Amino acid sequence: MTAGQITANQPGQDALEHAGVAPFGPKPRRVSPGRIGIYVFLVIAALFFLIPVYIMIVTSLKGMPEIRLGHLFSLPAEPTFQPWADAWLHACTGRDCNGLSPGFYNSLKITVPSVIISIICASINGYALTFWPYKGANLLFGLLVFGAFVPYQVVIYPLIIGLSSVGLFATLPGIIIIHTIFGMPILTLLFRNFYAALPVELFKAARVDGAGFWRIFFSIMLPMSVPITVVAVILQVTGIWNDFLFGIVFAGRSNWPMTVQLNNIVNTTTGVREYNVNMAATILTAAVPLIIYFVSGRWFVRGIAAGAVKG
Amino acid sequence: MQRSWRQRFHLPAVIGTIPMILVAVSVFVIGIGFSVLWSFTSSKLFPTYDFVGLAQYRRLWADSRWLVSVNNIWFFGLMSISCNMVFGYLLAVFMDQRIRQEDLFRSIFLYPFAMSLIVTGLVWQWVLDPNLGLQAAMRNLGWSSFSFAPLVDANTAIYALVVAGIWQGSGVTMAILLAGLRGVDEEIWKAARVDGIPTWRTHLSIVAPMMKGAFATAFVLQCVGVVRVYDLVIAMTGGGPGIATSMPAVYVIQLITVRQNVGQGMAAATMMLLPVLVVLGFSGLVLWRRNRRQEARV
Repeated sequence: MTAGQITANQPGQDALEHAGVAPFGPKPRRVSPGRIGIYVFLVIAALFFLIPVYIMIVTSLKGMPEIRLGHLFSLPAEPTFQPWADAWLHACTGRDCNGLSPGFYNSLKITVPSVIISIICASINGYALTFWPYKGANLLFGLLVFGAFVPYQVVIYPLIIGLSSVGLFATLPGIIIIHTIFGMPILTLLFRNFYAALPVELFKAARVDGAGFWRIFFSIMLPMSVPITVVAVILQVTGIWNDFLFGIVFAGRSNWPMTVQLNNIVNTTTGVREYNVNMAATILTAAVPLIIYFVSGRWFVRGIAAGAVKG
Repeated sequence: MQRSWRQRFHLPAVIGTIPMILVAVSVFVIGIGFSVLWSFTSSKLFPTYDFVGLAQYRRLWADSRWLVSVNNIWFFGLMSISCNMVFGYLLAVFMDQRIRQEDLFRSIFLYPFAMSLIVTGLVWQWVLDPNLGLQAAMRNLGWSSFSFAPLVDANTAIYALVVAGIWQGSGVTMAILLAGLRGVDEEIWKAARVDGIPTWRTHLSIVAPMMKGAFATAFVLQCVGVVRVYDLVIAMTGGGPGIATSMPAVYVIQLITVRQNVGQGMAAATMMLLPVLVVLGFSGLVLWRRNRRQEARV
């Protein structure tokens, strides 16, 4: 609820405060059928969003015999964490039975450098585009924004050929480069909009004092970029962690990220399907972005909104 | 002369943006150029320069798998975008009624978006599993004729994808539209109330048109997501049953990896690019004309 609405909601508040009789406690509300309807709708909607995850969690805590009974919604009769351990250490993809843990470390190895490199590149881009636009810079920026809309499938094959010609296809550096490339349009836009909103006098004053391109960037712009960097980190970490397509195409078998491992474990056609292990593995894969989401709260929403204003 | 040249090409700025220059030019110009070029060749596993004209496009449009994919993407796109917008808008409107626990509801509606589409696909695959999922649970509760297994039927599998898409994405639409609603001046509401206009009418005729920007943002975000839908299909149906839920994004990847038919794959990729180019070109033209008109007025 914004401040504007509170005051609009309680027009008498100012007058009351001036009279020294500040209101206290929540404003009493009448319970009308309309309001009940609102809550009924919201609760049903919330159930739609929550039930799949509830099912996932209870299934992951059941043993296979209990699952086969088909009581999808019931709580586990004998809760067991064995499926979680299996998912982490022993779940099979084809012949390898090492569980999800290698995928987790691969995802870490991919995500951390990709996030750092892509954000460094994008912040320099945004800074240069805003304060040092050279001839043709805006054309380049236009191309980048265009790139944000291009379906990945259009450029995947040329990238495969390009990376294999320099020996980076199906390697860790290769997938990091790919994430840097595809993160660049949106991140550059993010940083450019942020720097464009800063007062230009800041830049001019530094120029008068004789600071150059890098000096202004490191001493003035970078320390001011903390909020936008937080948004960019959230955007990139969740985006790269959740990526599947680039991971399966560019990372190579030994670097497959967690999402690819998960899909292989669950959609494997050999052997008996262990639903409890699959569900535990799914939750483990979703855990990192979910933790980021719940810790970052409104920053996450801001990241989406910032990412959305590319139109 | 020397000075003005330095101003136009300030060396550190150019050096600092070398990655951007490389990406913009080599990926989004040269890369796309090669994709289009290879679509006119008979490339199989590796690119060749044996030009065959439009033969790959003719074969593409004669391939039933591609035709199904194109139909699917239209159906999926229209269904999921419209449902997403309507549901997201309803959620936003209800969220805007000064409800209690707003943050809790917001977190619940938005959290699926934080998860990978692979996760979303697997969750729904499990919920809709005919033997152990929702259908079995309802039958166990005594409703023995209950039949709900959309994923195993070629005619209904795509609806399951739409539901999963809504589950994942409508929270974002809600968040964007809610921000738009909050941006509407409170005075508008008061004026409408004074004039005795019913609330639903105010929403549809006054407030919704004022939220054009938020709607456009949500719409664009949805469109980009739909064109790229790949992970969801792979995790949930693998394109099946049969080829019933194949999509262009899946088709292209299959052609260049499994079926090793790069020429035709690039033809399909070029077809995917075409609508994007048309829409971007059109909106660019509109923007350009608007700017020119504004300049003329000034």
